[in-house]
Amino acid sequence: MTGIEDSLVDWSRAQFALTAMYHWIFVPLTLGLSFIVAIMETLYVKTGDEEWKRITKFWMTLFGINFAIGVSTGIILEFEFGTNWSNYSWIVGDIFGAPLAVEGILAFFLESTFIAIMFFGWKKVSKKTHLLSTWLVAFGSNLSALWILVANGWMQFPTGMKFNPDTARSEMVNFFDVLLSPVAINKFLHTISSGYVVASLFVVGISSWYILKKREFLFAKKSIVVAAVFGLISSIFIALTGDGSAYEVAQKQPVKLAAMEGLYNGKTNAGLVAVGVLKDNKYKVPDEENYLFKIEIPNMLSLLGYRDASAFVPGMNDLIYGNEEQKIESTASKIEKGKIAITALAAYKKAKSEKNIEVQDASLKEFREYFKYFGYGYLNKPEDIIPPVSLTFYSFHLMVMLGFFFILLFFVVLFLIFKNKLEKNKLILRVALWSIPLGYLASHLGWVVAEVGRQPWAIQDLLPVGKATSHLSTGTVQTTFWLFAILFTVLLIAEITIMTKQIKAGPMKGGQNV
Amino acid sequence: MRKIFNIYIDGFRNITKLGKKLWILIFIKLFIMFVILKMFFFPNFLKTNFDTDKERETYVIKNLTDQGNAD
Repeated sequence: MTGIEDSLVDWSRAQFALTAMYHWIFVPLTLGLSFIVAIMETLYVKTGDEEWKRITKFWMTLFGINFAIGVSTGIILEFEFGTNWSNYSWIVGDIFGAPLAVEGILAFFLESTFIAIMFFGWKKVSKKTHLLSTWLVAFGSNLSALWILVANGWMQFPTGMKFNPDTARSEMVNFFDVLLSPVAINKFLHTISSGYVVASLFVVGISSWYILKKREFLFAKKSIVVAAVFGLISSIFIALTGDGSAYEVAQKQPVKLAAMEGLYNGKTNAGLVAVGVLKDNKYKVPDEENYLFKIEIPNMLSLLGYRDASAFVPGMNDLIYGNEEQKIESTASKIEKGKIAITALAAYKKAKSEKNIEVQDASLKEFREYFKYFGYGYLNKPEDIIPPVSLTFYSFHLMVMLGFFFILLFFVVLFLIFKNKLEKNKLILRVALWSIPLGYLASHLGWVVAEVGRQPWAIQDLLPVGKATSHLSTGTVQTTFWLFAILFTVLLIAEITIMTKQIKAGPMKGGQNV
Repeated sequence: MRKIFNIYIDGFRNITKLGKKLWILIFIKLFIMFVILKMFFFPNFLKTNFDTDKERETYVIKNLTDQGNAD
């Protein structure tokens, strides 16, 4: 490099975002619908009621369609790691290798074994064996999500590793530190529960459509009860894990938190912006206030971020320029230390090749001392630590609003169904139907907050995105970007077309085996 | 394992129209991904350009110790 083109970095980013977001259209429904189907089948096995079997088979068919079309779309991301992000892949190879290998083996054996019984085994195994298989498919799918989310959690908070300057690789020193890192745990729970909410909205929405069309009343009501209870529990759980995530972000990625809240200047007793409009979409320095309009919940940001209503929450200016009173180091100082770490690494390698043991040891010691600032050494100016503020801010607030809306929706739907008034309430049925895309939107916004909010880092504080990229031509990345855009759009159209056909056919015809 | 294998065989023998459509879609997709995209558009950058791990680590270290623009 010096100077990998900005356009290459941006196209590589765009390509990864495109493929990850398309992949994430298929995944959450698989995660959540697998459990909803398992619950429905449990009710069938417990009660012996054939209606529950019909219900189970219908939703299982939709699960199968989504699974078939979505399967291996995530592999594309691994292709991109090797081609577009080769420096990054080399550096993290030893950390990601273990979890992804475990994922591969577990997912392959659990899913390929039990999915066969789930779809083909209705008449070939006992009811209980079939039920067990359905539950194992649900746990298998969710378990395979664990490993990739652990890897993502590590990128947000690299722990349990040591960088080896001889091989240029991060080596895992404690598997459990990586697996059980609070960031990884919160990320896993928050992400899979978002999948449960997406799937619950999907089942409630489609069932509402049947009621609006005056079809399949019993089927629709029973489906709604299961999905709305599951959705209500999941959406409350997601609020709790969201609280855990906010706490972890405050501790480990304070710049991301400041961007999420559009907070320029830190304060004690910081309020949480419930609704707000930003004055500037990009960070401008220095600024007193960045809101055209806002409604705040007093003290809530301090409480969420630090479990103390009077705690100081640093703003973007504090994190860039430092704050002596609050003992916050300036980014300029971190950049200097990062450059020392990079220079020490170069000196270490040179001394090693020249067999100069004394310089080699001294350089290695210096490198280790400043390693936690390593990535800062590549930044041009302190303001580079700020992610795109408006995208992070609005994504976060819209996601939270939708999250609370879903809690309310599931509650209202359940209330009406138990009062036997749901089928007369066309407004709520329509709202439920149109909430299906909102579930996907909220889930994607969560990823936008997590990934856009941590820019410029590929690995927090250690490797900026620009240093993670391969030396390719921008044209190559542009070509593959459009190839993926076409491929995934075709897959999405196929999914929607086949699903819609099955839904229109209804549970009498639409519950066929896959 | 044999029982699972037989379940697959029986399942494919009695596959529905929808099932057939989905399996065809899966195979086309896997062909596009693994044969066309992976082979022609997504070579592993370090594996293609360097022969040994030593060369790869030297290249990555060179990139890391070059304090160029990284925005």
